[in-house]
Amino acid sequence: MKLKLLVLSLCSASALAFAAHAESITIATVNNGDMIRMQKLTDDFTAKNPGIELNWVTLEENVLRERVTTDIATKGGQYDVMTIGTYEVPIWAKQSWLLPLDNLGADYDAADIIPAIAGGLSVDGKLYAAPFYGESSFVMYRKDLMEKAGLTMPDAPTWEFIGEAARKMTDRANGINGVCLRGKAGWGENMAFLTAMSNSFGARWFDETWKPQFDQPEWKNTLDTYVKLMNDAGPAGASSNGFNENLALFQQGKCGMWIDAPVAASFVSNPKDSTVADKVGYALSPDNGLGKRGNWLWAWSLAIPAGTQKSEAAQKFVSWATSKAYLDLVASKEGWANVPPGTRTSLYNNPEYQAAAPFAKMTLDSINAADPTKPTVKPVPYVDVQFVAIPEFQGLGTTVGQLFSAALAGQMSVDDALKQAQDAATATMTEGGYIQ
Amino acid sequence: MARAVTTQHKTIATAVAWVVALLIFFPILYTIITSFKSETEAIAGFNLIPSFTTESYAEVQSQYNYFKPFMNSVILSLGSTILALLIAVPAAWSMAFSPTRRTKDILMWMLSTKMMPAVAVLFPMYLIFRNLGLLDSRIGLTVMLTMINLPIVVWMLYTYFREIPGEILEASRMDGASLWGEIWYVLTPMAVPGIASTMLLNIILAWNEAFWTIRLTATNAAPLTAFISSFSSPQGLFWAKLSAASTLAIAPILIMGWFSQKQLVRGLTFGAVK
Amino acid sequence: MATRQTQTLARFMLAPSVLLLLVWMAIPLVITLWFSFQQYNPLNPINDRFVGFGNYVLFYSNPAFLQSILNTLVLVLSVLAITVIGGILLALLLDQPMWGQGVVRILVISPFFVMPPVAALVWKNMIMHPGYGVFADIARFFGLQPVDWFAQYPLFSVILIVAWQWLPFATLILLTSLQSLDGEQKEAAEMDGAGFMSRFIYLTLPHLARGITVVILIQTIFLLAVYAEILVTTNGGPGYASTNLPFLVYQKASLEFKIGQASAGGIIAVILANIVAFFLMRAVGKNLDK
Repeated sequence: MKLKLLVLSLCSASALAFAAHAESITIATVNNGDMIRMQKLTDDFTAKNPGIELNWVTLEENVLRERVTTDIATKGGQYDVMTIGTYEVPIWAKQSWLLPLDNLGADYDAADIIPAIAGGLSVDGKLYAAPFYGESSFVMYRKDLMEKAGLTMPDAPTWEFIGEAARKMTDRANGINGVCLRGKAGWGENMAFLTAMSNSFGARWFDETWKPQFDQPEWKNTLDTYVKLMNDAGPAGASSNGFNENLALFQQGKCGMWIDAPVAASFVSNPKDSTVADKVGYALSPDNGLGKRGNWLWAWSLAIPAGTQKSEAAQKFVSWATSKAYLDLVASKEGWANVPPGTRTSLYNNPEYQAAAPFAKMTLDSINAADPTKPTVKPVPYVDVQFVAIPEFQGLGTTVGQLFSAALAGQMSVDDALKQAQDAATATMTEGGYIQ
Repeated sequence: MARAVTTQHKTIATAVAWVVALLIFFPILYTIITSFKSETEAIAGFNLIPSFTTESYAEVQSQYNYFKPFMNSVILSLGSTILALLIAVPAAWSMAFSPTRRTKDILMWMLSTKMMPAVAVLFPMYLIFRNLGLLDSRIGLTVMLTMINLPIVVWMLYTYFREIPGEILEASRMDGASLWGEIWYVLTPMAVPGIASTMLLNIILAWNEAFWTIRLTATNAAPLTAFISSFSSPQGLFWAKLSAASTLAIAPILIMGWFSQKQLVRGLTFGAVK
Repeated sequence: MATRQTQTLARFMLAPSVLLLLVWMAIPLVITLWFSFQQYNPLNPINDRFVGFGNYVLFYSNPAFLQSILNTLVLVLSVLAITVIGGILLALLLDQPMWGQGVVRILVISPFFVMPPVAALVWKNMIMHPGYGVFADIARFFGLQPVDWFAQYPLFSVILIVAWQWLPFATLILLTSLQSLDGEQKEAAEMDGAGFMSRFIYLTLPHLARGITVVILIQTIFLLAVYAEILVTTNGGPGYASTNLPFLVYQKASLEFKIGQASAGGIIAVILANIVAFFLMRAVGKNLDK
């Protein structure tokens, strides 16, 4: 009996000692290029922080979101660091699911984070997630095709110009489409683009009393313009195109213009993969002269769930991954063009980065052109640009996205799609207790 | 004359069968071919001859160490299969050799436990697993896979055992064999092929289960289904990498299936032979 | 004496499976039933409360609900039709003498070994993709506009993928069944001068009935739960064109986190599955008793 006790206490003592020496934290990440690069550079972190071991869970975006949301909602405790977006941060912080990041180290320089991004990741002035990679959206276009069409792209084009240019550039006999836009259904797919676009058309998801606004002329105008533009000048099968499909089309020289995240610029300007690397120009997202541009704002960020036992190690990791030093590390190993963009002002003041990334200025201008606190022309009760930061939006946005995708595919008229979207939104908002 | 007809018949049958078989196999074949292409080659149009680069495999391996999810897949599928057989063999045995009026109902009821869509019980299950401390554990997932495949295993074994003629039992009883002797010496040899192919089928089902194996794991217990999910739609060109990851994920079970197909087929009848 | 002992032992041997499955079925079912009467949204818990049949009403009044039921049935029936008919034809073909029979059989059963997400990813990106898929390459070779399968024929595309996965299973079962057909009977029928068609209808088909029943029974259980293929390819769209019942439940549970409604959907799915199973057993179950 005594022996058993002794053995037990020895075991637990050694377990404690072991835990003190090697603490392992589990990090859930999305499988995009910047995150994968970070995983390959973790030796730098473990060298600086002996005794912290990193375990990675890398998943495709939708599966990741589903996994981490389930885990945090059930307090499953599977992860010590989660990669989440600007959508989750305000909702989760409100539920007290996230730890405020107030212990990121003396040299972290949180003031250097681009204000628009920091704003999207803070609640009541406290930072709840550290941005790893930030993005807006802008226009990428083929200078040669634009010239051939006899047009010049202004730095800040209008939708009217984009429409005209797209139709003139289209040459279906040679497989050239004037414009490639997202069409695949999803709140983070076509709805990211369409919601941002609708902002520049003066539309909004909800009025101040949370009443859905799809029955208003602004939305009809948005969706009409989009569907007609894509029918006249878009690629075949546009309703299943997301970022990757459009990227591949653009890289093969099949798109005149493409409006998407600036991260695409580093792909299309890379001569290894892109046949049009030396012909790409950049411009701000279009507007309609109403004071809002059609660009979005997103940041993949690292957050720490409130339930973790290892918050200290987790904060160390978050601090490392989103620090200035990390940007330098990537630059020294892989070149400045591969540095995760969109998080720190200092990066955009760095002449080496400006030289390596010709799209740097346009990226920063795009991010600054988005205002998550006042996204629309008319007043709204919600924050954020290309989505509405309420828990119901993921489902509602996807439902509406499917309807709009069906309108693009020609399976439904624009009016029907808008009417059903209005019905779905009204049902969701009633059920959620926003409207009576 | 008769022989000529047979040869002609055989030639036609061969030609048609090969065309059909290659068509059915084509998606797998093309994936394997594409995995040996470069990314630009992979989207450059139809081409059956790759440049035989292994860069995609190197890239996949550098992103995700294949060995770990592979071992988890092996452990989970073998573990759950053995566990399922331990529970199911006695049950199928008793239903086959001592059937009652309820046997058929019990079988149907067992199958009906598979009818609750997994997505609907994800949340309750996640809570249960959390409370039992079984999230991201191989033990928890092994139990899960055992339970979801158990009805199929019981049914398959039952139909196989039922084909074993009862007279053999009678004969051995005449000889004064004890019950255990009867099971061990007389029936087991006859049941082995059925158990073997049930085992193979269950390994395949467990290996390919792609709902719970992704939802209930993080790092320790994640098998190849989670591995493939990290390559499914990243940013940038990914066709060749996806092909390489897909090939890696299906290769072990495909090769096992090829080598054991005769064994698999022999018992995969669910009593369809009669 | 021996029989009583055997029967007691038989019960004893059956018990673990039954008890385990009973617990396994009952616990989630009870929790799901309980959740189905609650408004429960972990992301927005303000309104969480008992709502009676409210979740069922909401799930039923969902504009996608009726279409999802229809899509579920269309998917199950189409895949069954394709795999059973295709399986019979393939089994007849593989039963012929030929060169390389072993390899042919290996090629034909291979899709069965492919995990559903991989199958869906491969079909989506390598085969049916409107830009880079093989189908598009073929269309362009003939100077045609490539078809955007998942947008224009979403449900058909999903059916095609699922049928591809299950065709080998049907073929294998039907082939073994076919091979057990008595050679003498066949020869006798041939002697009688029965043609291929009449031999097939009066001799082969009745013999295959049992195999067909097994194929339908097993596949239906799996087909009623198809969801990974939809998630990877069409995401249920465009519109609700390829949303089936499990996918609708998935959307409620994992996108919207309306656990109450998802649970109600799950209960509805169980009821539907049992109705289907009931008719199935009425229609084909007698073949099993032979």
